[in-house]
Amino acid sequence: MRELSLHILDIVQNSISANAKNISIEIDEQAETDMLSITITDDGKGMSEDFLSEVISPFATTRTTRKVGLGIPLFKEAAEETGGKFTIESKLGEGTSVKAVFGYSHIDRQPLGDIASVMFILVQGNPQLDFYYKHNVGTNEFIFDTKQIRSVLGTEVGLDRPEILSWISECLQDGIQELYGGK
Amino acid sequence: MKSLAELAALREQALSQIHMRNDEQDGVRIVVGMATCGIAAGARPVLSAFLEEVNKRKLENVAVVQTGCIGLCRLEPIVEVYLPGQEKVTYGKVTPEQVAKIVADHVVNGKVVKEYTIGEIDK
Repeated sequence: MRELSLHILDIVQNSISANAKNISIEIDEQAETDMLSITITDDGKGMSEDFLSEVISPFATTRTTRKVGLGIPLFKEAAEETGGKFTIESKLGEGTSVKAVFGYSHIDRQPLGDIASVMFILVQGNPQLDFYYKHNVGTNEFIFDTKQIRSVLGTEVGLDRPEILSWISECLQDGIQELYGGK
Repeated sequence: MKSLAELAALREQALSQIHMRNDEQDGVRIVVGMATCGIAAGARPVLSAFLEEVNKRKLENVAVVQTGCIGLCRLEPIVEVYLPGQEKVTYGKVTPEQVAKIVADHVVNGKVVKEYTIGEIDK
């Protein structure tokens, strides 16, 4: 993985496999305190204490095609390389929360990358799920909430209609660009 | 910043067109592997390129969907194309640059791009 946004895309696939209905992705970039944090929380089926204790190992996976699972170990390593830390909490039947903290200016910190594209792909591929995305850069804040979009669209028009997807794509691009002081 | 008013207008527009869309049951399916292996190999820009191409050509009967690990990680990014009534075709090590050709030749004109398929690249 070359971008933090790709780790997010990967970790959220775990939430989707765990039958989550609501997934929250929060990114907080604070150059002043030299910290970048990424928190992904879902209301999926959660993990037992036993599985939770071994999930950071590359040899823990729920998939049946082979015996390794690298998503979480790669994300954890990306955080720890920058002097940050990684935590994962989960409760069976309630959901899971993954948090990674990075040293903002650390030379090994991967760039966040194209997060707008990642959020778009998540919504496009899973139009039945609700995503809440909150991104702070310093004092700037951008919130994207599919529940809010759904409240405008009603039940007849899905998020996966082409014209709605174009709107979502532009909304994400514009919102994230503004966070960094772009036009 | 995009406004919600604009979204409401799009909703009206979508509602007026909804009955014109036929069911996607017998449409084309383009499946992109989006597990750890696929993502690390570059599946995201490939998926974006397919969405863009399908949108640009206004292909109503084509669904671009995501799936997990297909089981051939060394050939990721992997894309499977299902045309109604035909065997699926699997492309491997797909790049965003190849996407336009796959859509034009295979999805639109039904001609498999043989040189991009896993059978050819894995020789």
